[in-house]
Amino acid sequence: MSLIEIAGITHRYDERVVLQNINLSVDRGNVFALIGPTGAGKTTLLRIMDLLEVPGKGEIYFDGKCIPRSGKQRLEIRRRMSFIHQKPQVFNLSVYDNVACGLRWRGEEKDKIAGKVDHILEMVGLEGYENRNARTLSGGEAQRVALARSLVLEPEVLLLDEPTANLDPVSTAKIERLISYVARQRNTTMIMATHDMSQGQQLAGMIGVLLNGRLVQTGNATDIFHSPQNEEVAHFVGMENILEGIIVANDEGIATVNIGGNAIRAVSNHPPGKEIYACIRPEDITLALSSTQSSARNSFQAKITQVIFLGPLSRVEIDCGFRLVVLVTKISAEELNLRAGREVYATFKATGVHIMKREISQ
Amino acid sequence: MDGLTKAIELLISFDPEVMEIAGRSLSISGIACLLASLICIPLGSLIHFHHFRGKRVLINIIHTLFFLPTVLVGLFLLVLLSRTGPLGFSGILFTPTAMVIGQMILITPLLLGLTISALSGVSDEIVDTATSLGASGFQTVWLVLREARYAMLVAVLIGFGRAISEVGCAVMVGGNIKGATRVITGVITLEAGKGNLELAMALGIILLFLALIINIVLNRLQQR
Repeated sequence: MSLIEIAGITHRYDERVVLQNINLSVDRGNVFALIGPTGAGKTTLLRIMDLLEVPGKGEIYFDGKCIPRSGKQRLEIRRRMSFIHQKPQVFNLSVYDNVACGLRWRGEEKDKIAGKVDHILEMVGLEGYENRNARTLSGGEAQRVALARSLVLEPEVLLLDEPTANLDPVSTAKIERLISYVARQRNTTMIMATHDMSQGQQLAGMIGVLLNGRLVQTGNATDIFHSPQNEEVAHFVGMENILEGIIVANDEGIATVNIGGNAIRAVSNHPPGKEIYACIRPEDITLALSSTQSSARNSFQAKITQVIFLGPLSRVEIDCGFRLVVLVTKISAEELNLRAGREVYATFKATGVHIMKREISQ
Repeated sequence: MDGLTKAIELLISFDPEVMEIAGRSLSISGIACLLASLICIPLGSLIHFHHFRGKRVLINIIHTLFFLPTVLVGLFLLVLLSRTGPLGFSGILFTPTAMVIGQMILITPLLLGLTISALSGVSDEIVDTATSLGASGFQTVWLVLREARYAMLVAVLIGFGRAISEVGCAVMVGGNIKGATRVITGVITLEAGKGNLELAMALGIILLFLALIINIVLNRLQQR
């Protein structure tokens, strides 16, 4: 059964609609990532789930019960959750008092509080920081205090809003390790907003894509990243090759798609004549200097138009009658001596092409 | 110069009259400040944490009353407490009690306004964080008050400074009665008028010294 469920939530700030008819349910013990660009409504949705805001329309169910729009019951339910805000706000108190405050508010005994705080500070690597004023800590340390302050409460639901935004890679890795440790060890239900897709992919079992206040697609990482539902999602999840085409034939689920006069094969059930988008992830395309025998159904001779080095990867743009972006490792790019003007062969599988129906704009 | 030397002598020798006046000033202003704080901190919190129609106007009125003339408060209380006035039966006119009330009225808008400002200085994110960590309404207010504690202490000290340095109200409702309602500022006015500059100067030095202490404490607090 769902631990937290959202039914038909619509919310406005003044006249601006920030959330539009959101329906979502998260089962106990699951980690759910809300991904979407800045301003998509992720924070507002988390705030509504944490009962910090009352939605304009719609209901929230916690453990099967509908949460009232006001009253004492909201505090009781809120005390079963915890929310880590994007910008960690530590109180102008010692680290110990920061971590202990939630327990004190719940009326826990002093001895129990001391034991729990010591344990959690050790877990987040802040032992020995008890008496430091939390305002004197670095961003990464403050985020760990915020995490400790929430985890010490042993919440049933942990809401995280961009938990690693503005942190350096080392602090980010620490926080991510902690989050996945807690999710595994304590079976805590987590709902996390992030614009970092790899983080969502790495930490969450289920992902929801929130675009312009609408929950456009929900599914596991493979669904979201390899089978986006529409052009908007495809763009957001880094599907760089979105090609307009039309199905010209379909032979038992292997469709032939005409892309500007070039035919590619794709796995699809769409009938001939259907206007579609063919999406190919840049990392699903391989480059070679000569035509090779392969099980892949699509192979094209192409000319490199641009090579950009991006750390361990290289982004190669090719023209094979239509434009494609390919990601190859830096080592491969060097071995193949990839540079603008060079002739290459681009190969990709029919299963590597995701077909989406094209919405005809009015 | 001769007057200044004599004033310092009065201070060093802990002259009983100087000490009595200084002690009375401190206690009257201290009590006024304490009572005003007890009213203004909860009232300021109430205004800050509640949204109601006319809140902006109310805050503007409070800010305007920062500049309440001391003699106006004195006059108002004099009318109220005089034998023929509506509260004349209380018989507190020309007593330290009336002076405490006067100073309280004088510094209440200041303390109220500064309390609201101090609480406004605590970000909404702190309130949200406390709420999402499970604080009840009262627990959240208490946390915000703790967060604003230094700014609130500054407010109280500024209020105390205004109370101890005012003269109009203290003289009008206290009557400047020797051994009963004489405070530093009242005596300075009176003695300077009579040409007795030593006592006026000695008390002036005490007042300046108090201002110095308050300023040092304020500086320390504002650095936190």
